[in-house]
Amino acid sequence: MAGAQILFDPAPCSSHKKNLTFVTLTSVIMSQKVLLASKEMNIILHRLACQLIENHNTFEDSVIIGIQPRGVFLANRIHKILREEYGISTIKMGQLDITFYRDDFRRSDKPLEANKTHIDFVVEDKRVIFIDDVLYTGRSIRAALTAVQSFGRPREIELLTLIDRRFSRHLPIQPDYNGRQVDAINEEKVKVNWKENEGEDAVYLISKV
Amino acid sequence: MSELSVKHLLGIKYLNKQDIDLIFQTADHFKEVINRPIKKVPSLRDITIANLFFENSTRTRLSFELAEKRLSADVVNFSAASSSVKKGETLIDTVNNILSMKVDLVVMRHPNPGAGIFLSKHVDASIINAGDGAHEHPTQALLDSYSIREKLGTVEGKKVVIVGDILHSRVALSNILALKLQGAQVKVCGPYTLLPKYISSLGVEVEPNLRKALEWCDVANMLRVQNERMDISYFPSTREYVQLFGLNKELLDSLGKKIVIMHPGPINRGVEITSDVADSDQAIILDQVENGVAIRMAVIYLLASKIKQV
Repeated sequence: MAGAQILFDPAPCSSHKKNLTFVTLTSVIMSQKVLLASKEMNIILHRLACQLIENHNTFEDSVIIGIQPRGVFLANRIHKILREEYGISTIKMGQLDITFYRDDFRRSDKPLEANKTHIDFVVEDKRVIFIDDVLYTGRSIRAALTAVQSFGRPREIELLTLIDRRFSRHLPIQPDYNGRQVDAINEEKVKVNWKENEGEDAVYLISKV
Repeated sequence: MSELSVKHLLGIKYLNKQDIDLIFQTADHFKEVINRPIKKVPSLRDITIANLFFENSTRTRLSFELAEKRLSADVVNFSAASSSVKKGETLIDTVNNILSMKVDLVVMRHPNPGAGIFLSKHVDASIINAGDGAHEHPTQALLDSYSIREKLGTVEGKKVVIVGDILHSRVALSNILALKLQGAQVKVCGPYTLLPKYISSLGVEVEPNLRKALEWCDVANMLRVQNERMDISYFPSTREYVQLFGLNKELLDSLGKKIVIMHPGPINRGVEITSDVADSDQAIILDQVENGVAIRMAVIYLLASKIKQV
């Protein structure tokens, strides 16, 4: 499904004026552009895995933690590459949900939906690697930094992201390992698809025309 | 994600199946949280909760207070015994005075049925009913169902018998409503004097024989005889009650199957259940207490998320 896709919102317009109908329709036309295809994603995932090995060697004191919900897919993929292609079998992996640590509780109209946290190892004095798919405002990572403290005091925390939307940060947070930098504006949305969830590996930039 | 259909938790009567599912899913996450080395999340930093207990309580009050503190809410406690209620202040005046101190959520236990419903019509804060007379005790019923779900995988289709003083029990009414809503089969067992007259209108059957009831069920919820609510004598003697409706190890072992034993507490050991039953591996009484904190965190979290930011 490469190339542009046009999506129409079939919602009826309540206005009687014809020119207003036109405005309503054009405002919901969306286009999407492929930022990364399957082959490029595979190369980047291997590069990120190699960069991790460069810094963490055998992962004796290091653990990887996927940030719920979408960072878990990337964490699983990196974990698989490290285990199957580089023979690092002892590496520990967890999933961290940040819902209860977010700074927008009661500020959004929709209630915040929690996901599963699963960390069955001690974080105390470990080198922790956070993994998330898209780094946008940095607020999720801020919440994750607080959340992980409930499991102990890590020796250090690093951040690995597949996509870094570098001009959209609200907080002074930067990735240590980065797949691709994207200069998307705020109205645009970056969507990472995974074979195991959406049926294909691809990154899209979705924008209103 | 869906949200609760209600602003207050006044009773199971006002909830639907989706509400219960949402509370259970949220409680699953909080159960994981309260088993971490640091058992606290910062979600409710800007929420203040008042616990108003016009009637005695140990477990429920501690459980609510822990749940509130683990969500980082500010908590104020009030008990009628040491308050101006003794000086003649009305319920609405008492609560409005407390709300003037900028309280967002009220947890209330009161000896009069419907006290929470009455209050919800007169004040702005969200109300959680922590027991109103012999009417409802919704969080207890939720944690009971949650404990059954945890132990047996699901509540739907399970056979539950509620044994003992049904007449004076808010736990019984809330439990029956919650269990029926989730598709469980419910029977009640106890002396006829302690069964409400129109109990069958709730869709439950009466089984006067304890052995038959236990042979039928998957789960037995053993209720305490609430002597403090009895102004007349409902059965000849405690000894006779124990012989007919007390659960002992001998009876439990003779059933030929493992049933789950529940008790909302406080236990009168040797009356409704003997000590060896209460301490056996079939009893999930202490799991109920642990789940109580997770359920109350879920209820408070979900209701607090509906309070408008000012």
